[in-house]
Amino acid sequence: MERRIVITGIGAVAPGKPGAKEYWELISNGRTATRTISSFDPAPYRSRVAAECDFDPFAAGLGRQEVRRMDRATQFAVAAAREAVADSGLDLPAQDPATVGVSLGNAVGCTTSMEREYTVLSNEGADWLVDHRYAVPHLYDHFVPSSIAVELAHLVGAQGPVALVSDGCTSGLDAIGHATDLIREGSADVVISGGTDAPISPITLACFDAIKATTPRNDDPEHASRPFDATRNGLVLGEGAAVLVLEELEHARRRGARIYAEVAGVGTRCNAYHMTGLRTDGTEMADAISHALAEARLAPESIDYVNAHGSSTKQNDRHETAAFKTALGQHAYDVPVSSVKSMIGHSLGAIGALELVACVLAMRDGLVPPTANLHEPDPACDLDYVPLRAREARVDNVLSVGSGFGGFQTAVVLARPEREAA
Amino acid sequence: MRADGTVRTVVTGVGVAAPNGIGTEAYWAATLAGRSGIAPTTRYDASGYPLRLAGEVPDFEAEKHIPSRLVPQTDHGTRLSLYAADEALRDSALDPAGLDPYGMGVATASSMGGFEFGQRELQNLWSKGGRFVSAYQSFAWFYAVNTGQISIRHGLRGSSNTVVTDAAGGLDALGNARRQIRKGTTAMLTGGVDGALCPLGLAGHLSSGAMSTGSRADRAFLPFAEDAPGQVPGEGGAFLVLEDAASARRRGAREYGELAGYAATFDAAPQASGQAGAGLVRAIRRALDDARTAPEDVDVVFADAAGVPELDRAESRALGEVFGPGGVPVTAPKSMTGRLFAGGASLDLATALLALRDGTIPHTANVARPGPGHPIDLVTGEPRAADLRRALVVARGRGGFNAAAVVRRDV
Repeated sequence: MERRIVITGIGAVAPGKPGAKEYWELISNGRTATRTISSFDPAPYRSRVAAECDFDPFAAGLGRQEVRRMDRATQFAVAAAREAVADSGLDLPAQDPATVGVSLGNAVGCTTSMEREYTVLSNEGADWLVDHRYAVPHLYDHFVPSSIAVELAHLVGAQGPVALVSDGCTSGLDAIGHATDLIREGSADVVISGGTDAPISPITLACFDAIKATTPRNDDPEHASRPFDATRNGLVLGEGAAVLVLEELEHARRRGARIYAEVAGVGTRCNAYHMTGLRTDGTEMADAISHALAEARLAPESIDYVNAHGSSTKQNDRHETAAFKTALGQHAYDVPVSSVKSMIGHSLGAIGALELVACVLAMRDGLVPPTANLHEPDPACDLDYVPLRAREARVDNVLSVGSGFGGFQTAVVLARPEREAA
Repeated sequence: MRADGTVRTVVTGVGVAAPNGIGTEAYWAATLAGRSGIAPTTRYDASGYPLRLAGEVPDFEAEKHIPSRLVPQTDHGTRLSLYAADEALRDSALDPAGLDPYGMGVATASSMGGFEFGQRELQNLWSKGGRFVSAYQSFAWFYAVNTGQISIRHGLRGSSNTVVTDAAGGLDALGNARRQIRKGTTAMLTGGVDGALCPLGLAGHLSSGAMSTGSRADRAFLPFAEDAPGQVPGEGGAFLVLEDAASARRRGAREYGELAGYAATFDAAPQASGQAGAGLVRAIRRALDDARTAPEDVDVVFADAAGVPELDRAESRALGEVFGPGGVPVTAPKSMTGRLFAGGASLDLATALLALRDGTIPHTANVARPGPGHPIDLVTGEPRAADLRRALVVARGRGGFNAAAVVRRDV
């Protein structure tokens, strides 16, 4: 019999206050966590807005050596993983470590640590021949994102397959996809999965400025992320992490675990078109969605909520609107679609996992989170985007999508494990 | 079909960019001749650093190998990747346009991304200002760049991904490619071509504590030697076309061999009890089980060969535990390239397939004999002729990553 994969624990460090509960309170009330960047002076940059986490690593239980050793992205992941494992009720020390894996998504590694150390070694950019004698002992770990997965593996005692999945902005969803592969094929029974990124750093601002991907709406930071709105003019950078405990269904049932949802289908495609550009038709994302639905054995009409990529860029929001119409047909006009990036910005490799946590909680509470700041819909975006306020609805089957630099398109379908196949 | 109900996967194309050879046959000839690519660093002035050697891919003129419009938007490592991927695809004679629109994807491994490009843009930002940062920085340095660029260059729209597991990555990418084929993709371009041969990359490597203290090119990277002085960083790697065996057979493709087994494990935390190498033993045994191969049926092992005494001891102990002391020929032709990080295991896999093809085990050049603490039959001095049917490739990444793959020639 095919092994099925369920979510039994969630943890989050989202913009605003850390914790899954705090995250859900923020977005289910339609509040935004976008603001003027506070972690450094953003004055030289075109876009000066971001969604920052009010994260205190010591309050999250990290020791001084851990804080010295771990990049901010690693700290987020560790905090979210602790919360997710506690939430799952899983007795990890009693689990055979060879059956525990890690699959973590991340797009841009330990950017803030890398840049900070670069400025020291290079004497603030003066020297190409950097002075290695000023390096911190963990410099290599700041240069390789695999170090984040290593810390997580040590935290949970994983000795099965451990991987960092890095597919740009679909990393968070693709890490979940990889985790389901590992469990289905029998390489693991439990995989600690999700995504993390802490990209708010001068180099990230500069490179997004250079391609005008981020919004210049600096005078109104709280309302700067405006997916599907006619006045949207770029994404708002975010940061954070979400970790989900994925478990083989029978393994979860045997221990009487609370099951949030089944990861019922995953589809991934590439557009093979452009490293940052998108064709307007959304063909490849549509195919990823159709593939995920087929894997879940669900008809398009059975989807109760679509969690959009909704990055608030001109091209993305049209691209995915077209993809929903192609993949879901008439149902695209009937199903509620929303973007939580309107409230927590775009945290690159973390956002896919943060969005799945939102989906899980939407299923639990029967509440669809809204798209904040949507007052004046773009005529080319003509679906039901749940503007401004959350909506009560029975949510059994959810579709969540992501789209990223490199051309990656990913769709994940969550469902209730006890569902009837369509 | 395999006994476990999954489809068989075979390698039908190989493309190499290595410090001792650009192109598969040039590399293979150099390897069998014992010609090393480790030499004094030329990419930057290394005179002020404690390590002045590297495995640079020499004389690679990007404009000759990739479209000129891609040159300004790519890191040196991505240019090498595009070249190796082109070669692998050409070698396979597979035309992606003849497949289902989503019939072929890309699975790569990276360790530091487009790091030299990244250092240059950091310098532009910090010395001149934000508006001097390249519009290509947003994707040229990140870890998924090679997957994306290769997908675009060849119009490959199937499921694609990037894994970062340090130097185990080349095998993990191969494992991911096999997963996609098992789920219905016809073929995958997979591999790793990696390297961070710039001053900032070197600073990172030096901080790892694993770098060589040697100063002579032929004495600086000596895996399993009694006096192994550490690692020399290099650049390059290999791409492979992995294909559904039924598809390969239908089109009459030349097959290098079958990917018969693969597994990945992770070590217990350093402070935990347990013997060094235990995680590696599990990876090897799982890969052998996956390949339905007994240890005595393995004809050669391509070792991870860290070149760091403690890591070498853990590996030779693991090999001894699985195969018995001296139970199987072991080799490390990477003594001629240096550590290629995510590219190393891809190149070893390619080398293993060439060894199977030609019935020749390349030797571990520059190492006269294994140190007394290593109970392995290390192939040294010259290549060794042998009837080779199955090869095991082993790779490890910093922090505790282990991976193993078994390739098999049709018998």
